[in-house]
Amino acid sequence: MWARAVKLGLRSWVGWRRGFTSKADPQRSGRVTAEVIEHLERLALVDFGSQEAVARLEKAIAFADRLRAVDTDGVEPMESVLEDRCLYLRSDNVVEGNCAEELLQNAHRVVEEYFVAPPGNISLPKQDEQEPFSHI
Amino acid sequence: MAALVVRLSCLGKRWVLACIDGGSRHGRGAAIGLTSRRKRGQSSVAQQPLIAVQKSRKGEREWAAVVGLEIHAQISSNSKLFSGSQVHFAAPPNSLVSFFDASLPGTLPVLNRRCVEAAVMTGLALNCRINKKSLFDRKHYFYADLPAGYQITQQRLPIAVNGCLAYSVSVGKKPSQVSTRTVRIKQIQLEQDSGKSLHDEPRSQTLIDLNRAGVGLLEVVLEPDMSCGEEAASAVRELQLILQALGTSQANMAEGQLRVDANISVHHPGEPLGVRTEVKNLNSARFLAKAIDFEIKRQIHELENGRKILNETRSFDDKLGCTMPMRDKEGKQDYRFMPEPNLPPLLLYDTASLPPGADPQQVINIDWIRERLPELPGKTREKLIQQYGMLPEHSFTLLNEVGLLEFFQNVIKETRAEPKKVTSWVLNIFLGFLKQQNLAVNESPVTPSALAELLNLLDRKAISSSAARQVMDMKRGNPRAINKLIGLVRKATLSRADPTVIKEILERKLSS
Repeated sequence: MWARAVKLGLRSWVGWRRGFTSKADPQRSGRVTAEVIEHLERLALVDFGSQEAVARLEKAIAFADRLRAVDTDGVEPMESVLEDRCLYLRSDNVVEGNCAEELLQNAHRVVEEYFVAPPGNISLPKQDEQEPFSHI
Repeated sequence: MAALVVRLSCLGKRWVLACIDGGSRHGRGAAIGLTSRRKRGQSSVAQQPLIAVQKSRKGEREWAAVVGLEIHAQISSNSKLFSGSQVHFAAPPNSLVSFFDASLPGTLPVLNRRCVEAAVMTGLALNCRINKKSLFDRKHYFYADLPAGYQITQQRLPIAVNGCLAYSVSVGKKPSQVSTRTVRIKQIQLEQDSGKSLHDEPRSQTLIDLNRAGVGLLEVVLEPDMSCGEEAASAVRELQLILQALGTSQANMAEGQLRVDANISVHHPGEPLGVRTEVKNLNSARFLAKAIDFEIKRQIHELENGRKILNETRSFDDKLGCTMPMRDKEGKQDYRFMPEPNLPPLLLYDTASLPPGADPQQVINIDWIRERLPELPGKTREKLIQQYGMLPEHSFTLLNEVGLLEFFQNVIKETRAEPKKVTSWVLNIFLGFLKQQNLAVNESPVTPSALAELLNLLDRKAISSSAARQVMDMKRGNPRAINKLIGLVRKATLSRADPTVIKEILERKLSS
């Protein structure tokens, strides 16, 4: 699911950037720049820790690019493979919940039945300051 | 990162130093964590007076403000939008949370029928076109109270579009000088609410309660057709009344069931629109107009002094009466919208297109809902004007005050007095009395029956109008007095006593 989200995000983002810079154009060079990687890491909190990971990303983009070979003029995009399915409507009854104890078992830290999180969002350090990403 | 960020803001020659907690966030949400503490000895920004037309300094051209609103209303339903956990305001933390709400792997969204009906009803009441096919999307951003890392919303194709909302504003000093305005509704969409964050500054942590995570919201987007705080507040008030009449949301701002974000920009008439800012944290009816008017003034001030307006998000600090930037280091947000892969398109039908033999539980018929829409506030006011011959502004006041309409109708039922007399008494004397005592209608020591009796006596000329007013005055001191007084006067009238005698009795009672 992550890969898909990253891919979709990257395609639309790259499409936007294509109009402005030629160096960030993976289509022609097949390379994904450090700038793009940094942006993706912030957006998706994915760690492209090694050159292999970046190479894998470039291969994934090239794979998806093969879609361009298909002529889609005048064809409506398919938003969902479920488009022929019926969206099930649930009745408005309370059937779940009341399992705070169970849910809180998953938490690293708990205070009086609240989950504990760090205050606000912690920004990722910039490219040059980056250390191996450590989880909280 | 709990580092304190010091912000300086100036308005004219006044400087304010405010310390803001580093609790900024992406996306929507009340900035519960933003606290501002004034350094000792600093003066605060003066409360800005409400001004509709912004006159600038001498020699400069007039400014026009443009205000658009994004209103989030919590849907009044038993269970959440995509899960079967309960929707309830106060409950032990994390007790109304299902596995899906906590975003545990392997859980899937299942759409609540009631929420769809609520959206259709609201769309119809606001004259929207209901999209027979609408789609769900994911809006991604990271925050601790959004466990999935995304919110399911309807960005591409929402359930209702292109409606309008009529509201009324006063255009002069006299109460009769009201004008009707309309604001276009861009769209109405279904989306999930996030959980609640409680910022614990001293311990540098945030406590997360997911009871609210996944509750259904109606986002109503109003086009920037408004031009000042008063118009925005009136539009919001009218929307509140409509939602309450429909029963689709209780729309209580104090309980967080109705939240408003404003998009504000200024420009010279005839020129292109200016850069807009978004003001969040408008969760009180009282501060809505104030915040918007402050922001308009601030923008004009900045531009007149040669500075630029940043396209940023600001929050309103009600204690200081000003807007502050919300720290957002990430720059422009990229929500990476994508179709929600677990939900097919939402299809709605009307009587003509209803598939034969379909399970009624699984299909929603727009026409069926339209036929059963409750009476809207506009219609109620119309009927009051026609039935009781009251002035339009009276009908507005009757509906605006919580519980007043019901009170009025109960008095009408029990009294023989003229409706116009009842209207006048309820709106002037009764309401004035409540306002003076700072009471809500449901806290009134005067019951509809009591007032009805008083008016009956007045009608029969058994007591004079000044005596009746004195009875109301008595209420200030002695809550039980009115019953005693009525009893006395009734006794007196049965024995057909002289009005002066009755007045004496009343006065005697009043002075005792």
